[in-house]
Amino acid sequence: MTSITANHTAQDNQPIAGLKAQLRRAERMKKIKAMLLVAPLALFLMIAFVMPISSMLWRSIDNTEVGSVMPKTADAILHWDGQGIPDEAVFEAFANELRESRAGGGLGRIGRRLNYEDPTFRSLLTQTLRGLPATTEVTWTEELIGINARWNETSTWLAVQRTAPTVTDRYLLAALDLERAEQGQIAKVAPNQRLYVEVFKRTLVIAGGVTLICLFLGFPLAYLLATLPTSKSNLLLICVLLPFWTSLLVRTAAWIVLLQSGGLVNSGLMWTGIIDAPIQLVFNRIGVFFAMVHVLLPFMILPLYSVMKSVPSTYQRAAVSLGAHPFAAFWQVYVPQTLSGIAAGTILVFIMALGYYITPALVGGPSDQMVSYYVAYYTNTTNNWGMAAALGALLLIVTLLLYMVYHKLVNQKQLVRS
Amino acid sequence: MQTGTTNEPLVRFTGVQKTYDGETLVVKDLNLNIQKGEFVTLLGPSGSGKTTCLMMLAGFEVPTSGDIFLGEQRLNTLPPHKRNIGMVFQNYALFPHMTVEENLFYPLKTRKVPKAEARAKVDKILQTIQLESFANRRPSQLSGGQQQRVALARALVFEPQLVLMDEPLGALDKQLREHMQLEIKHLHENLGLTVVFVTHDQSEALTMSDRVAVFNDGKIQQIDTPQALYEYPANSFVAQFIGENNTLMGKVNSLDGDFCSVSFGEGLGTRASRIQDLSAGSPTRLSIRPERIRLNGSSEGLPNRFKAKLHEFIYLGDHLRLRCELAGNDQFYVKVPVSELCPSLSIGDHIDIGWRDEDVRALDAS
Repeated sequence: MTSITANHTAQDNQPIAGLKAQLRRAERMKKIKAMLLVAPLALFLMIAFVMPISSMLWRSIDNTEVGSVMPKTADAILHWDGQGIPDEAVFEAFANELRESRAGGGLGRIGRRLNYEDPTFRSLLTQTLRGLPATTEVTWTEELIGINARWNETSTWLAVQRTAPTVTDRYLLAALDLERAEQGQIAKVAPNQRLYVEVFKRTLVIAGGVTLICLFLGFPLAYLLATLPTSKSNLLLICVLLPFWTSLLVRTAAWIVLLQSGGLVNSGLMWTGIIDAPIQLVFNRIGVFFAMVHVLLPFMILPLYSVMKSVPSTYQRAAVSLGAHPFAAFWQVYVPQTLSGIAAGTILVFIMALGYYITPALVGGPSDQMVSYYVAYYTNTTNNWGMAAALGALLLIVTLLLYMVYHKLVNQKQLVRS
Repeated sequence: MQTGTTNEPLVRFTGVQKTYDGETLVVKDLNLNIQKGEFVTLLGPSGSGKTTCLMMLAGFEVPTSGDIFLGEQRLNTLPPHKRNIGMVFQNYALFPHMTVEENLFYPLKTRKVPKAEARAKVDKILQTIQLESFANRRPSQLSGGQQQRVALARALVFEPQLVLMDEPLGALDKQLREHMQLEIKHLHENLGLTVVFVTHDQSEALTMSDRVAVFNDGKIQQIDTPQALYEYPANSFVAQFIGENNTLMGKVNSLDGDFCSVSFGEGLGTRASRIQDLSAGSPTRLSIRPERIRLNGSSEGLPNRFKAKLHEFIYLGDHLRLRCELAGNDQFYVKVPVSELCPSLSIGDHIDIGWRDEDVRALDAS
């Protein structure tokens, strides 16, 4: 009896094992097909997103200018203890590599890099280069100090030493109004040079303000859209999307026309007698809010609308039938169910607003410029990629941190929707 | 009428009309009294006005004319949140962002019931629906039947005078639906609830109700106990809508009290019980339930006997249905218990069928 049972199980198991292998094969094929389908997108994201971002992050700590032009000097000066002046080997390597740097633009690169440490460094380098003797049978320490006494100062060599490692934190610190003091400890920069902390605060305040205004304006409109019959709501939806049909630049310029002292809004207000003299509405914070809210409002409305569309009206009816005043029903039952839409809309608008450049640049005043303005300034005007990348990286980090906090908050509310 | 426990009805509809577009009346002149403790079902096809009636009672629709009373209170203009009527919605409408317990607390919170008292009520109702261990789950984590029970509990926990149910079992599968029908019926009996129940499922209506109001075309066609509705339909719509039914068109020859004699087909005739507004010579529709028709031997001695041609056997496990042709109607069904079927029958046979006078009903011809 036992043997028969055993036989049976053995026979029953074999086809099952075969089945499992077949299932695995079928699922592997499915997986490969799916991967092939997303491969173009993955490749595109790799080239257009991952690589630029990682290269930007790298540039914010990249310190290879001096190391690539003067590898021996960089190597030698890293062993210097920072007391007095370095030994002859450093001087010799420096002098030789300075001479060689003339070819291939190396001098320009190290000049620019060392100028960040001390704005007079470039002229010191050119002067030293001019004074270098033609022979090599000299004591380089004496020669250099003979050309310029600054080569006898510890601070000069400390500046060179700071440019020697492959990575540096100077850009990131500078983007937070911080610097390395002589002894290497982190300190605040002089008060008159402080700027970026203020700019970051301003960026967050403007983005947050724009997000809140968008939410307050967008929520009722999205609600209206979701409750209207489809034919009417489609028409309204087209109106909401209409701004996308014109270029951002045109829309921003239109706001300047509307809001300027002699513009439609001011003359209208004066005509109705609300104000006597034109008020400043553009090239200040008010203009920035007007234009940014206008541009970003659809990004709040659309996610809200799509969530609201899926919340049936019976929930509010149920709440009312259970004795809740219609307002209470709306607030206690409807709004919580749209939280995922509110979350999506606010995070979308906030993150887009954080990176805004054109609109504040055009309709804002000097004290309304956001982080992106300075990123553009460093890349286009001063060619300081390190600073541009550091500002960008910090903005990215701030955004990610805020997103994580937000995600946690929203998740605590546990948006479970059946 | 049949089951009035007190004299004063709890709910009164008097001359209620409702129109949405100002042209067609969705509800035409509705008069309906519902007694305290009664289970009344509004039954009808979709668009018959039954849901509109329920919504007017709940306060989500306002009657165009006429009055609705709950006890002494005129409801017409009273907003829904002040009506103290419990309602169970079609898809339960349990708040997805609240737990079962929070859902149950909700109506008590809106009524500002003290915390301890509310706690006791919620615990008691959780016990009644046997979902104590699910108190902290969210609705999405419950099965359909459990959600249904929570929705029911939420409509009962604040002890409303009246409970409305809008096709609450529509989303459940057949077995669970039948189980819930009994459960709701027992709750009604044990708690002494007054229930107005809307459904388009006639078997549900028959199972659960004290009285059923059959709606069609904005009017109550008949309101009666399930048994009366089934046995004595007032018109051909009710006969068609409730249960299975064979129809034969005929002509009234003469009236005889509650009965009449009707001729149909080619030279055939039967006596039948009748509705009131029939007169000699008027056309009529005869209605016979398939299970009341006797076959072959057992039809012997019946006053009305005919020959029918057998077209088809339909096997249904506990019984058989025979599709026959009688007086030109080839959709004439006879229901026979499997044990009573003569094995020698075969398709194409001419069989004897018969019925008693009181098993066939002469109705309006429309």
